[in-house]
Amino acid sequence: MSEIATMNVKDQFLSTFGVQDFHFDTAASKAARDEATKRIEGLDFPTSKTEYWKYTRINRILKAEYTIAESAANIDITPFLIKGMENNILVFVNGFYRSDLSTITDQKGVIACPLSEAKKKHAKLFASYFSKKVPVDEIFANINTAFHQDGAFIHIEKKQKADHPIHIINLIDGDQIITNPRNLIIGEAFSEGKVVTSYHNLNGRKSFTNAVNECFAAENSFLEFNKLQEENGTSFHIATDQVQQEKSGNFTINTFTFNGDIVRNNLNIAVAGENGYTSLNGFYLPKAKQLVDNHTRVDHLVPHCESHELYRGVIDDKATAVFNGKVMVHRDAQKTNAFQANNNVLLSDDATINSKPELEIYADDVKCSHGSTVGQLDEEAIFYLKARGLSEDSAIRLLLNAFAADVLQHIGIETFRQLIEEKIETGLKK
Amino acid sequence: MIKIENLHASIDGQPILKGINLEVKPGEVHAIMGPNGSGKSTLASVLAGREEYEITEGSVTFEGKDLLELGAEDRAREGIFLAFQYPVEIPGVSNINFLKTAINEIRKYKGEEPMPAKDFLKRVKEKSALVELDNSLASRSVNEGFSGGEKKRNEIFQMAMLDPKLSILDETDSGLDIDALRIVANGVNKLKSADNASIVITHYQRLLDYIVPDFVHVLYNGKIIKSGPKELALELEEKGYDWLKKEEALEV
Amino acid sequence: MASEDELLAEVTSSEYKYGFYTNIESDKAPKGLNEDIIRLISAKKNEPEWLLEYRLSALKAWQEMIEPEWAHISYPKPNFQDLHYYSAPKPKKVLDSLDDADPELLEMYKKLGISIDEQKKLAGVAVDIVMDSVSVKTTFQDKLYELGIIFCSFSEAVQKHPDLVRKYLGTVVPKTDNFYAALNAAVFTDGSFCYIPKGVRCPMELSTYFRINEANTGQFERTLVIADEGSYVSYLEGCTAPMRDENQLHAAVVELVALNNAEIKYSTIQNWYPGNKEGKGGIYNFVTKRGLCETNAKISWTQVETGSAVTWKYPGCILKGDNSIGEFYSVAVTANHQQADTGSKMIHVGKNTKSTIISKGISAGVSNNSYRGLVNIGKKATNARNFTQCDSLLMGDKCGAHTFPYIEVGNKTAKVEHEATTSKIGEDQIFYCLQRGMDEQTAIGLIVNGYCKEILNQLPMEFAVEAQKLLEISLEGSVG
Repeated sequence: MSEIATMNVKDQFLSTFGVQDFHFDTAASKAARDEATKRIEGLDFPTSKTEYWKYTRINRILKAEYTIAESAANIDITPFLIKGMENNILVFVNGFYRSDLSTITDQKGVIACPLSEAKKKHAKLFASYFSKKVPVDEIFANINTAFHQDGAFIHIEKKQKADHPIHIINLIDGDQIITNPRNLIIGEAFSEGKVVTSYHNLNGRKSFTNAVNECFAAENSFLEFNKLQEENGTSFHIATDQVQQEKSGNFTINTFTFNGDIVRNNLNIAVAGENGYTSLNGFYLPKAKQLVDNHTRVDHLVPHCESHELYRGVIDDKATAVFNGKVMVHRDAQKTNAFQANNNVLLSDDATINSKPELEIYADDVKCSHGSTVGQLDEEAIFYLKARGLSEDSAIRLLLNAFAADVLQHIGIETFRQLIEEKIETGLKK
Repeated sequence: MIKIENLHASIDGQPILKGINLEVKPGEVHAIMGPNGSGKSTLASVLAGREEYEITEGSVTFEGKDLLELGAEDRAREGIFLAFQYPVEIPGVSNINFLKTAINEIRKYKGEEPMPAKDFLKRVKEKSALVELDNSLASRSVNEGFSGGEKKRNEIFQMAMLDPKLSILDETDSGLDIDALRIVANGVNKLKSADNASIVITHYQRLLDYIVPDFVHVLYNGKIIKSGPKELALELEEKGYDWLKKEEALEV
Repeated sequence: MASEDELLAEVTSSEYKYGFYTNIESDKAPKGLNEDIIRLISAKKNEPEWLLEYRLSALKAWQEMIEPEWAHISYPKPNFQDLHYYSAPKPKKVLDSLDDADPELLEMYKKLGISIDEQKKLAGVAVDIVMDSVSVKTTFQDKLYELGIIFCSFSEAVQKHPDLVRKYLGTVVPKTDNFYAALNAAVFTDGSFCYIPKGVRCPMELSTYFRINEANTGQFERTLVIADEGSYVSYLEGCTAPMRDENQLHAAVVELVALNNAEIKYSTIQNWYPGNKEGKGGIYNFVTKRGLCETNAKISWTQVETGSAVTWKYPGCILKGDNSIGEFYSVAVTANHQQADTGSKMIHVGKNTKSTIISKGISAGVSNNSYRGLVNIGKKATNARNFTQCDSLLMGDKCGAHTFPYIEVGNKTAKVEHEATTSKIGEDQIFYCLQRGMDEQTAIGLIVNGYCKEILNQLPMEFAVEAQKLLEISLEGSVG
């Protein structure tokens, strides 16, 4: 006991992972783990003085105790299924793959399997993409690289279209579970595909999901990646979403956050090929004392690219939302068009929003703009609807749905969009 | 006054003008007509000195000088005026200040003293009446918040103020209603003298009901394929451009 | 109109116009910063005990603080022990009239274009000239005195109006507010003090010309403006600095207090020496400016920033009283190697408070120009409104323009709007001007002045003219 008491927060936190045995891991994977472990030694957890984490205190995440535990329970996954996507699901419980719950239908030119399998079966692909672009100075991303259990591996071959979107389901079963889920998604040149990853908590309390999603969108590929975060109100979630986009690529990422005690998303997109089109969108609906923090960063590294960002949120009760969007236009990225908007509605007197849209521009021939608004619903509009016979409650819901609709239109999977609409509808019901 | 010989110009390696020949003498009004994309506006831009265009062949002599050697501002100072198809908005800069700066820069170029404020204001009053331009427009920011018609009238007002030798009117009639068209044309006609000349670029014959040209040229695919007296415009109005295109195709 | 055009004609050399060095004997404290130096400064100025205590506690706080690094600027950190913290021109004798002033000083004012002879005749402008740290001469004082307006050097105020100074000093910018403010609180030597009594509308613009003159002398002005209930004052501050090779530190603090129904308009033209084309030399300008608004009060900041090698400055308003209003209008130009990280802070505390931020940044050369602003709507600030617009204009492809707004809202009835755009100076606009016979430099001057018009319009006439001139001189040779 006394020995533990003298350990610092970082060592204490890392000691949780000591129980894991990576003995049977492949050499390439082990090498990546070792490198990350070494980097972690030189890194510290952010504090409130770390500008990048200014509004999000993570002491509560770090001070909790966690366990790593597989679950063999027979789980009914039907509540988490998305209509039309039932035949392409990869299910992970507490971070471990459950083949008994997963269903994968073969699609030509598409690999969808657990990462653990890909490490062996697709060793070459794994070695050339895994952990290649993840930020080296982010402690949480490094922890994931060092201690990840499993995750999804999705690869779409050159010129192939994945007709059926793939759904990655992440479930937590048990108290104080910690997971490091790791997804690797690769769209080769001229390929096309759509993926959804969703995070849910069955029953446990105080879980911590430390996720990393790596996406590679090669030349002229069309990739859409959707995230649904709805773990319960005692769960923590920190995600690093790393995107590398090549020439003429078209990449869309949509992030929907409906639940979680503290949720932090770090989305980094490197637009590294000319003529790219990037769309990043989010909708958040924090309640109670929840905190949702979306940090996005788009790096325009080359000329003639366009990015569109739209994040919207409705903040209720004593919840806090944070938006920090950075658009960085590098020296050579002439003719960049970058647009960013963050709109917020506060529903209660105790709700808080901290919005920080940033532009950092080093090229002169660009068109960049950002806007951020915080406001209430238009009183006039509410009155108008009431005058037409709607109750105040349904008037408000109608307007909020319209507010969300602009974000939702970026979802390319119809049934998933409907699901999100329903979740917003339910989320807004008191 | 201006002599254009075998002028070839391209943008981003794409040839647009493919051998233009045209001579305009003092006192003359030339109309250049042609279907969309034939190179009309390119010709205007090239003459005014827009740098995006590359001159690959040919020459342009203006009042004995090699025009192509001059920068855009020096062409303006020598007396070339372009009435823009899309006049540019300059927020915060008043029309008056803009014009005064322009006039005095031109005078400086000619070795003249700046125009005394009193003379300048008198001139503003006189010339704005010519295009029935509201006095308040003169003190508003250049083209900002102007209606389409106001912008075009403002172009003619500037032309009157700067008193150029050669005016190039690039689609000045586009987007104008009958009244505005009449005002604009009226202004142009009143400014006409034996010493100056105009090139009127237009897609429709309508403007030529008001500004009567001495010559009409048809530009198609980067070349002047037909020239004639003012009646040619009427013929074009009636028959369209297709018969000329066919003729051109036959020749090739 | 004529004046605008005269300006255009006047644009000539691109070298810093005001770079000269006047040789005046000065009374200097030894280099370094410690308790003894503070005691020396305080003793030299014959200060009361409470002010010495104030300075000493600020020094103690400062010693515990570290220089902030979050701003988007980089520069060699000053060695705070290698500076002189006190220097004053030696008084030759008490001046009865301007004719008795040091001829060298008068010569300097002439070079600055603010010759006192002229200023004296210029009705409506009272000038308090701060030369290094000590106020030399104040004009129009008697006239103001009749209205009960106090406008004098800070030192004089400490002697003659200690109660007022004690009551308000450090109430808007606490001595522990930030690193530079703490430094200033410890070592400030002089500055301006202004008090407008209840219900009085100050009939003239109050001006202060600042100037750094002595090599290696950090300058730490302290300005305190108090507008009592229902009063109004417009305060102008303009500065130029002589050319110097070594970097010079400038860490001023300005505190404004607008009591119920009062209004303060505070305008600044900042043209400290920006360093040469290679980025050598130039002033470090780390300024803390803040105003406090009580009920129905209004504070309006206007600034035109063209100078300094490094600028770190966020004039702000604490909108404490209900219905109070804060405004910030800014033009910040950076050319060559200049760096600016500037913007505003609007803290909404009271109900129905309103704030507006209009910021125009222009970057040229290899400079970096950042807007950093905070809008904070507190829990109790019902119906607060903010509108922020920040535009950046880029000239050349080696400069940077950045926008870092912080929006913190804790009240659901708030309405906050932030808009930002970044664009290149329009090629179409330049071509349009060229086609009308202007050369490129004239065209750019014209377009830039147009772009900044909203801000320049906020300035009093004579300042607006000076500001326009500065903009053009600063941007000369920036395109091409």
